[in-house]
Amino acid sequence: MNQFQYVRPTKTKAAIEALAKDANAQFIAGGTNLLDLMKRGVMTPPRLIDINRLPLDKIEKAEAGLRIGALVLNSTVAEDKLVRERHPLLAQALAAGASAQLRNMATVGGNMLQRTRCSYFYDTAMPCNKREPGSGCGALEGHNRMHAIFGFSDKCIAVHPSDMSVVLVALDAAVLLSGPKGERRLAFSDLHRLPGDTPQRDTNLEPGELILGVEIPDSPFTRHVHYLKVRERASYAFALVSVAAALSLDGNTIKDARLAMGGVAHKPWRLSAAEKSLIGKPATEATFRQAAELAMQGAKAFKHNAYKLQLAPNTIVQALKNAAASA
Amino acid sequence: MSNTALFQDKVVGDRMNRVDGRLKVTGAAQYSAEYQLPGLVHGALVGSTIAKGRITGIDTKAAERAPGVLAVITHLNSPKVPGFAAKSNPDEPPAIGQPLRVFYDERIYFNDQPIALVVADTLERARYAARLVKATYAPEEHRTNFEANKERGVLPTQAKRNPKSPQNDKDRGQKDGYQTAPVKLEAEYRHPSEMHNPMELQSIIAHWEAPDRLTVYDKVQAVKGTQRAFAKDWNLPEDNVKVVATFVGGAFGNGLHNWPHETAAIIGAKVTGKPVKLVLTREQMFTMVGYRPYTWQRIGIGATRDGKLVGITHESVGQTSSYEEFTESTLQQTRMMYACPNVSTRYRILGLDISTPIWMRGPGEATGAFALESALDELAHLLNMDPIELRLRNYADTDPDNGKPWSTKYLKELYQMGAERIGWSRRQLKPGSLREGDWLIGYGMGVGTFGANRGAAKVRAVLRQDGTVLLQSATTDIGPGTGTAMVQIAADALDMPTDQIRFELGNSTFPNAPSQGGSATVNTVGSAVLAACIDLKKKLQQLGGASFANVQPEQLTLTNGQLGLKANGGPRTAFADLCKANNGQDIEVTTEAKPGNERQQYSMYSFSIHFAEVRVHALTGEVRVTRLVSGADAGTIVNLKTAGSQMIGGAIGGIGMALHEGAVMDDRFGRYVTKDLADYHVPVHADAPPVEVFFVGKPDTIVDPLGTKGIGEIAIIGVAPAITNAIFNATGKRIRELPVTPDKVLLA
Ligand SMILES: Cc1cc2nc3c(=O)[nH]c(=O)nc-3n(C[C@H](O)[C@H](O)[C@H](O)COP(=O)(O)OP(=O)(O)OC[C@H]3O[C@@H](n4cnc5c(N)ncnc54)[C@H](O)[C@@H]3O)c2cc1C
Repeated sequence: MNQFQYVRPTKTKAAIEALAKDANAQFIAGGTNLLDLMKRGVMTPPRLIDINRLPLDKIEKAEAGLRIGALVLNSTVAEDKLVRERHPLLAQALAAGASAQLRNMATVGGNMLQRTRCSYFYDTAMPCNKREPGSGCGALEGHNRMHAIFGFSDKCIAVHPSDMSVVLVALDAAVLLSGPKGERRLAFSDLHRLPGDTPQRDTNLEPGELILGVEIPDSPFTRHVHYLKVRERASYAFALVSVAAALSLDGNTIKDARLAMGGVAHKPWRLSAAEKSLIGKPATEATFRQAAELAMQGAKAFKHNAYKLQLAPNTIVQALKNAAASA
Repeated sequence: MSNTALFQDKVVGDRMNRVDGRLKVTGAAQYSAEYQLPGLVHGALVGSTIAKGRITGIDTKAAERAPGVLAVITHLNSPKVPGFAAKSNPDEPPAIGQPLRVFYDERIYFNDQPIALVVADTLERARYAARLVKATYAPEEHRTNFEANKERGVLPTQAKRNPKSPQNDKDRGQKDGYQTAPVKLEAEYRHPSEMHNPMELQSIIAHWEAPDRLTVYDKVQAVKGTQRAFAKDWNLPEDNVKVVATFVGGAFGNGLHNWPHETAAIIGAKVTGKPVKLVLTREQMFTMVGYRPYTWQRIGIGATRDGKLVGITHESVGQTSSYEEFTESTLQQTRMMYACPNVSTRYRILGLDISTPIWMRGPGEATGAFALESALDELAHLLNMDPIELRLRNYADTDPDNGKPWSTKYLKELYQMGAERIGWSRRQLKPGSLREGDWLIGYGMGVGTFGANRGAAKVRAVLRQDGTVLLQSATTDIGPGTGTAMVQIAADALDMPTDQIRFELGNSTFPNAPSQGGSATVNTVGSAVLAACIDLKKKLQQLGGASFANVQPEQLTLTNGQLGLKANGGPRTAFADLCKANNGQDIEVTTEAKPGNERQQYSMYSFSIHFAEVRVHALTGEVRVTRLVSGADAGTIVNLKTAGSQMIGGAIGGIGMALHEGAVMDDRFGRYVTKDLADYHVPVHADAPPVEVFFVGKPDTIVDPLGTKGIGEIAIIGVAPAITNAIFNATGKRIRELPVTPDKVLLA
C-alpha cells in the first residue's frame, strides 16, 4: 500500500473542498473496495477523505419518493422497513451482494462507485486500459468468462459488479450530487458510462463531486418483484448474470414492468424494449421468453463468455417467473 | 454417527472435546506469526512479473531510503546459503527441503517468484517499500499452457532410475485389455490446479539466537523434517536448529514442503541480525506455496454385458515446475480397487514455467478417483446397471495389484450403510427422471481409498511430581485434533483421567516423529503413545516395588494420584512416593514404536464412500448439493467427534473440488488471473449441506495395535465424482472437467 494522508471532515462542504484541492484524492466510506485496490497498488490516492462523519446516513420519505443517504450501510438498507415495503426489489439485491460482514461496512455511495472486478484491472503486472490508459485490454483476448456481452468497446470489456445498481436503474432512481459547482440530480441510468475510448472513467461524476444519496420514486412494484442472481456458488460471489424483474399485474395481465440486468455490461443494463413488450400481455413463460429474446438483441460474446448468451435470457425468464409467482 | 460397542469403558471412541478447543476459540493459541520476540522486524516479498527469463536489474534505492527500512535483499546482495544445491533442477528432490534457491541468481522460473525481501520496522513500512522495488527483465519464452504441452509429459526421473518405483508404467494382464471388451468407453477428465488456502496464511518468524543457532516459528507439518532441511541449508548440526509449530491453522499438505519465503526470512534475519517475521499475503498463497496440480487423465474401461470388468487403462499427466519433479499417486486406486483382469496405468509429469505443486488432501488419489469413479458411473450407465451393483460385481476380495490379503476391508458394509442413509432407492436409472419445479434432482456415489500408512515415532512419557503425565512427540497438529486423540489413547493405556494427561507436539526438540501427512499420525504416533505408556507403567512397577512386580501393565491404574491395581482392594502407592524412589525426579521413558513386517504380508487401506444428492437448475445451470452422506472404514475411531469433523471437512472440500475450485492461468503472461478468494471460490456455508457421517468402526490391528487406519485423506477422495455422477443422474449431462460451474452445465 502507498503512503497517504488522511482527513476526516464533519461537514459536507469541507469534504468537497478537500477533494477539490487534490485531483488524486479519494473519498473513503466503508473502504471495502478502495482499501483492497490500494493494497494491490491499483489505486494509489495520496490523500483519503473519510466521509463517514458526514450527515448522510438517513433513509427518509421525500416528496419524490424514498431518499437514501450515501452513507447508509448496505445491511441497513436491506433490512429497513420502509425499503422492504416500498422497494422490496432493492432489499433483495442488497441482501444478495457480498457477505454479511461486508454489507455491514459497505455504504450505498461506495456500492454504486465500486470498481470492476476484472482480473486484469486488479493485477498491475498485466495490461488494463481502465487502470492504465493505453496499456491495452487484457481481457479482450484473455480470460473473459465474467465479461460483457453488451456495450463494450475494444478498449474495455469489463462489467460493473454492483447488484444494488441494477435495481436502482430499473426503478428509475436518481443520484443526488454535490460538488464545487453546487448540487445536482442525475438520473441513475446516467451515472455509469459505457467504456468507449475512456474506460478509465466509470461514471459521469464531475471532478470533486460527492454523492449525497439516491432517490427512488414511488412505484407499483411492491409485490411481484424478484432479483435473481446467478453465481458460481450459493452465496458470496459476484453475479455471472443477474436480473431485476418487477411486474405490476392485473389478474394475470401485465400492466407495467421493469427489467434490468447485471453482469453483462460496463453499466447496469436496463432492458427497456423487453419491458415494453411485456405490457398488456399475460404473465406466462411464453411472454417472458419473447421478452428475453428481445432483450438479447445485439449481444455478442467473447471466447469464454458465450454461455452468457444462453444464461442471460434464461435468467430473465426465471426472474420474471419468480416475480409473477411472488406475492 | 455410529460406532460399534467395542470401546465400552474406554476413552478411545468417545466424543471428547478438543483439549485445545478453548485455546483456539478464545484466541489464546499461538500461531507462527504470533510470537512476540524482542526486536522483531517485518518482511515483505517482491515477486517477479515474468514467468521465465533473467533479472537484468533491480532498483532498490527508493526502497532502501523509505522510512523504517532495514534491508532490501536480492540476489545481488544476499548472503549465499551454503547448502543450496549446485544444480537448479535436482532430479530427485527430497520431500522436505527447498530446491528453488531463493535470491541465488538472476534466473526466473515462475511468475511471482520472490526476487527481493524488504525488511522494515513495521509491516506497513515493509509492504510500502516493497512496492518501490523495481526490476527489469530479459524475458524468455515461457511455457505455462498445460493443454498445449500435454504431449511432452515424461516419466518421472525416479521411475526411470528405479524399475520398482510405483510411478512406472504397469500392466496387469493384457496391456490395454479393455479394448477387447464387448461394452467399453473411453473418456478424458480434467482437473484444474487447486490452490492451497488454509485460513492461516503461510508465516514464519526466523531468529538467529547466535550466529550458529537458528530458531524458527514456522507454519509447517514437519518440525523434524524442517529442522533437517534448514540444518543442511546452513551447514549446522541439527540440534542447532529449532523448529516450533505448536499450532497450525490448517495446512492440507502445503506445510509438507519448505518454500522460498521461509529461507528468505532466515536470510533476512541473518542480514539484519534481528528476528524477522514474514507472513505471505493471500495473493502470494496462490504462487509461492504449492497447489494440487492440473491433471489430465484418460480412461478406457470395458466390461462384459453382465458387468464383469474386462479391463481398465488409466493414463495421467500431472503438472510440475521446471526445477522440481513433483509426483503423486494418481493411479493407485485404479490398480487396487476393482477385481479386473487387465489393468494398465501410465503416469507422466509435465514441467512448466510455474511454481512447484505439492500434496493437497487426498493427494493424487482424489484426482485419480475423480476419473476412475466417473468412468465406473459412465460404464454403469452404458450397461443400464446400478453403479453400486457394478461395483459389487467387481468387488476385490484380495488386493488385485499384488495378490495380498487385505488387513481389513469393509467396503461392502459401506455400500450398504451409505445407500440406506442417502435413500439410494429413490435414484432412477434413467437420468433426468426426478424433478421438483425448475430443479432437476439426482443421486451419485463415489468410492475413495488411501493407504493405511504407518511409520516410526518416538514418544517421551513423564510422570511428574504433581501427579500429571506429560507426553511429547515432534509431530504436528494441522487441525484434526492430534493432541486430543493422543490424550485419549494415553488415558486408556494408563487408566488415568484425561484431564491429568497433556500431550505436547510441534517442537523439534521433542522425540522424533514424522510429518503430519498421509493420514498416518494416529497410526504412527498413537502407537508410540501406547508403547510409551506401557513402558512408563513398567518403570512405575519397578519403582513401586514388590506389590506391583507380578502383574501385567494392563492391570495397573493411575488414578487419584496413585499407582494401583484395577482390581479393587489392591495395594496403592502415591506418585510422590514413586518419584521419591526415583531419586526425587520425574519418572521418564522415551519409547519408539514402528511397524513390523506386516506390510509384506498384507495390503492395508482405508476406504470411504460418498453419496450425494444434487439439484441442478434447469434454466441457469446452478448446482446445489443438497445432501451428502460420507462413510469410512477407517478402523478404530479414536474420537467420534473429531473424526466426524474430519469427514465433514473433507466432504465440503470435495464440494469445492467438484463445483468451485480452479485456478485460471493467462498463458500469454504466465500469470494466474484468479489470485484472491473473491475470484478463486471455495464453498461457503450456503454451499455446504448437512453432511451425514458414519463409520464402520471395526479395528484393524494389523495396521497398528490401536486398530486405526487413517481418515484425513479418504474424507475427500471420491467426493467430487459422487457429485458429478449425481449431476449426470439429474441432467444426463456428463461433465468431465472440474469444477462444474453453471456455464459448463449450460453448454454441455
Ligand atoms: C469479497 C467481496 C465480495 C463482494 N461481493 C459483492 C457482490 O456480490 N455484489 C455487490 O454488489 N458488491 C459486492 N462487493 C462490493 C461491495 O459491495 C463494495 O465493496 C461496497 O459496496 C463498497 O462500499 P464502501 O462504502 O466500502 O466503498 P469504499 O471502498 O469506501 O469506496 C468505493 C469508492 O466509492 C467512492 N465513494 C464512496 N462513497 C462516496 C460518496 N458518497 N461520494 C463519492 N464517492 C464515494 C470512493 O472514493 C471509492 O472510490 C464485494 C466486495 C468484496 C470485497
